Amino acid sequence: MGDLLSLNHVSYSYHSLTGETPALTDISFGVPDGEFLAIVGPSGCGKSTLLSLIAGLLPPSSGNIQIKGKNLSDQDLHIGYMLQKDHLLDWRTTYRNLALGLEIQKKDTPENLAKIDELLKAYGLAAFRDAKPSSLSGGMRQRAALIRTLVLNPDLLLLDEPFSALDYQTRITVSDDIWQIIRKEKKTAILITHDISEAVSMSDRVIVLSKRPGTIRAIIEIQLSPGNRSPIKARSDPKFKDYFNQIWKELTDHEI
Amino acid sequence: MKYKMLLGMSKEPGISEEQRTFLRDCLAKERFIRICRWLFFLSFLALWEIGARVGFLNPFIFSSPGRILKSAVSMASDGTLFYHLGITLFETFFSFFIVMAFGILAAVLLWWKESLARILEPYLIVLNSLPKTALAPIFIVWLGNNMKTIIVAAVSVAVFGTIITLYTDFISVEEDKIKLIRTLGGTRKDILFKVILPSNIPSIISIMKVNIGLSLVGVIIGEFLAAKAGLGYLIIYGSQVFKLDWVMMSIVILCIAAAGLYQLLSIAERKTER
Ligand SMILES: Nc1ncnc2c1ncn2[C@@H]1O[C@H](COP(=O)(O)OP(=O)(O)OP(=O)(O)O)[C@@H](O)[C@H]1O
Ligand SMILES: [Mg+2]
Repeated sequence: MGDLLSLNHVSYSYHSLTGETPALTDISFGVPDGEFLAIVGPSGCGKSTLLSLIAGLLPPSSGNIQIKGKNLSDQDLHIGYMLQKDHLLDWRTTYRNLALGLEIQKKDTPENLAKIDELLKAYGLAAFRDAKPSSLSGGMRQRAALIRTLVLNPDLLLLDEPFSALDYQTRITVSDDIWQIIRKEKKTAILITHDISEAVSMSDRVIVLSKRPGTIRAIIEIQLSPGNRSPIKARSDPKFKDYFNQIWKELTDHEI
Repeated sequence: MKYKMLLGMSKEPGISEEQRTFLRDCLAKERFIRICRWLFFLSFLALWEIGARVGFLNPFIFSSPGRILKSAVSMASDGTLFYHLGITLFETFFSFFIVMAFGILAAVLLWWKESLARILEPYLIVLNSLPKTALAPIFIVWLGNNMKTIIVAAVSVAVFGTIITLYTDFISVEEDKIKLIRTLGGTRKDILFKVILPSNIPSIISIMKVNIGLSLVGVIIGEFLAAKAGLGYLIIYGSQVFKLDWVMMSIVILCIAAAGLYQLLSIAERKTER
């Protein structure tokens, strides 16, 4: 019960004039403070919907979501949500895009704005500070979107396939970077991904969802040897392959 | 514009001979088109003038370039020309600003209250397709034979289309951009000011380009019916007293004014793009 976030029998259906689309049924799980949780599942199974529910953008059709034992609407925890697409606004410069969250939350103090410049440097975007996002590559845009989320200093990070637009090499380095940051700042994170290796290498636990309407198929604890906890090293851990195969099996077993 | 650009490009050092030939060809074509445009214009004027002098066109009815120029010079020297032009331009700008301000405000309101938009939709559509000249006599009765009527008539020509177009543009902003603002903790006000309005600047500018022309149309209609000054008044008055020189001159000046107003907004557009 000491979980930071807990979902109890949460279901969600989309309603439209053409009918009802059940997206999630009876989802229950808890996330302890400081955990890195990964969620994998087939396309369209309701992963993005799940994050929108946690972020409070959608109300659950049934069940409830609590943070530190309080209802979602009564809590003051900062949730950072990085959407599947970067959605950088093309009429703003990169810098002004990154300041968007601070502006909206009226936290655009000099210290916070200085943090943007720091992060721009750290992510190799300093040269594009005053460029329009249209001149950024896919990977740069993704990193910019991540900075936009991080400058708000969220306690809980929701990441919806944050690395999907990156090429393989960048993907591994960026995911390693992000993992280090999240660990260093002791943040709690929920990562959605299609990539099983990514899920195993980054997270403490992996939740496997079934096809739509999504239900929890399995929850798998990832326990690699402590020396191999960074995403890059994790890939050479002897148990990595076993976890990979186990999740692969969970994902494919029920498809026939 | 394009000619100057091509000329500059073809003189740039360090381009290949092939590219230079290509640019020269483009330049020659551009030059040909320009010459033809002027030829068309000048031969039109010449035919008109000669026709009027030879008696092939009755100058009393058709006027002539020479007579137009003469009356323009005489009305310019006693200031009446600038007076009428000034009145028309003032009325046009005034109606234009009202249309834009009211149109944007109304579209924002409809976006804010979707049910209001749904309720008003059929009325807006009917009002938009109604020929606004039909309303002009009512405005005269209600508001009198004065500038108020002219401005209200001009506003009525453009305002309904503006509201409908802007509202449609506002609601077609990508849903996920709105979701982004919400994930950053934004309210509906933030959505309006950070996404809806800025993403629609190009569409607002293109509406402005249409509206400056429509406002001029509305003002002239208004001046036909209820005016003591302005180019529209001059046209009507001139035709009543059979001063066709005045009528033709006013039309020529209207052409120049319309082109000037459009050019003004094109310049404004280029400024915002930068
Ligand atoms: N606004 C909506 N209205 C109706 N149905 C929707 C809506 N959004 C999503 N859905 C449906 O709900 C289901 C779950 O969508 P969701 O976006 O959560 O899937 P996902 O697991 O994130 O998929 P992907 O891996 O492709 O991103 C999908 O089948 C989708 O068709
Ligand atoms: Mg998704």
